[in-house]
Amino acid sequence: MNEPFLTPEDIADIVAILDGSDYRELDVATARFRLTLRREGGGEAGGRWSQEWQWAAANGPAAVAVAVVQDTPAGLVAVAAPLPGAFYRAPAPGAAPFVEIGARVDGDTVVGIVETMKLMNPVHAGHAGEVVAIVADNGAMVEGGATLMHIRPHA
Amino acid sequence: MIRRLFIANRGEIALRIARTAQRLGMTTIVGASQADVTSLPAQFADEVALIGPAPSAQSYLNVEAVIAAAVAARADAIHPGYGFLSENARFAEATIEAGMIFVGPDVTSLNAMGDKLMARSVGLAAGLPVVPGGEAATPEQAMARARETGFPVLLKAVAGGGGKGMKRVDRADDMPAMIAMAMSEAQAAFGDPRIYVERFIARGRHVEVQVLGDGHDALHLGTRDCSIQRRFQKLVEEAPAPQLADATRNGLEQAAVALTRHLAYRGAGTVEFLVDAQTGDFFFLEMNARIQVEHPVTEAITGVDLIEQQLLVAAGSRLGLTQDAIRPSGHAIEVRINAEDPAADFRPSPGRVTRARWPAGPGIRIDSHIATGGVIPPTYDSLMGKLIVWARDRPAAVALLASALATLSIEGVPTTAPLHRRIAADPRFVAGGVDTRFLEGLA
Repeated sequence: MNEPFLTPEDIADIVAILDGSDYRELDVATARFRLTLRREGGGEAGGRWSQEWQWAAANGPAAVAVAVVQDTPAGLVAVAAPLPGAFYRAPAPGAAPFVEIGARVDGDTVVGIVETMKLMNPVHAGHAGEVVAIVADNGAMVEGGATLMHIRPHA
Repeated sequence: MIRRLFIANRGEIALRIARTAQRLGMTTIVGASQADVTSLPAQFADEVALIGPAPSAQSYLNVEAVIAAAVAARADAIHPGYGFLSENARFAEATIEAGMIFVGPDVTSLNAMGDKLMARSVGLAAGLPVVPGGEAATPEQAMARARETGFPVLLKAVAGGGGKGMKRVDRADDMPAMIAMAMSEAQAAFGDPRIYVERFIARGRHVEVQVLGDGHDALHLGTRDCSIQRRFQKLVEEAPAPQLADATRNGLEQAAVALTRHLAYRGAGTVEFLVDAQTGDFFFLEMNARIQVEHPVTEAITGVDLIEQQLLVAAGSRLGLTQDAIRPSGHAIEVRINAEDPAADFRPSPGRVTRARWPAGPGIRIDSHIATGGVIPPTYDSLMGKLIVWARDRPAAVALLASALATLSIEGVPTTAPLHRRIAADPRFVAGGVDTRFLEGLA
């Protein structure tokens, strides 16, 4: 993209002009972007306008693999990802997984972690029972709420 | 002369660097991970180079992948931004070995500031005050150190970090038990029982000085106050630091320039200090050998484009600025709008922003890569934009900040904006000069 671009200073100048007029809104749409400048309310002259940008080409769906959300078989319960992020079965690379198939877990047993924005979030089993399936791959990007494991709850 | 600049970063700083580089006539190439190929910086740059899959370890932190992408793109320089590889000496060396310019200081400066203990000894060598204290291998040594520095003291693990195992001790009577506990914790956590004893500053302010050097000359661009933090993460920054005695301010600025000269530093850097809010005493903490997130507040009061200065010095120019030519005016405040929910213990909130209405107008600058429809991936940090206000004095800047925050509206993901509205309305913040415990007392 080599075309000239509106700088923050340009936006400030345009708003200063609009602020001295009776206009409430300026809406500019081009092939590349749409910019809306809107008078929102009172306060300081510099603070009462908003700018909203929309880009024609930007921000399509990010190309990341997402674990498939499976139907939970009858009699089993799903362990869901607490947040979107990367699912890990072990506390560190090379370490033993938190649980394997067949493991007995309590509701607060940590069965994995989901890394979101550099924070490690523990995944709790949520139910007492036995791990019968591990649905998400180690290292996979998962959506919030995606099924990670299946547990057969104790009666 | 830099013609083709490779930007080894993402988000708002990649966009910020590209803006200045394009204004200077450079061709910009953004190195993007798979998660960022449709991001705004990738759209805005002249060219995009894919550096790897979404996880940082395989893309933005992968030295070989970034260098290979920059070489393939025929770049003649790499700007590392902040975070990621920006202070990685091996990356700087690899950039130079591949025949490119590293837009940052010499490798010797990166090594000198590589860890906090080393930074402390370099600071001492440059004549800067540091927090009184030192290492202790035995309980007797720890007790002797505590007698030297005076109570209260802070015990830290030498091998530790991130606040782990820190203990505050108020009285000599408590020392034997606390030393034993600290040493056994240090042994358990890090396999190294050595502890570090330093004076505890009850009311500390985080004040830093922006510096520029060209390997020969050095100058400063005034102070920034970054005392409002949560878990060592800065949330609000302002320039100049408010409510500082002139003697303290001058002392900080001169100390920062002394260190910059001592290192024969090249490029933009930030010298961080802990200021005792009660006494005005200040102590050198570390130097950040890169551009910082909060650099726009310094740009707002000085009119200097710090990215431009980095690029000029990196290309071999001497500083075109002189200390006398830098005349800060007015007051600037930056708040970080993060995709985190302050109502849920700052839980990260990645996702799609269904509507982003940022404030606009005189005295307002927005540095953000997130527009309406923008996506915040779960893979990287939560910074989605910075709101920077400038006004003729601090009260006017605080008033402008409050009305700008009232206008700001982000829909689709929770953000830290509501927290900032409370900060802007807090009487202690309005008065200025708060210490690092500010958030604990926020209503």
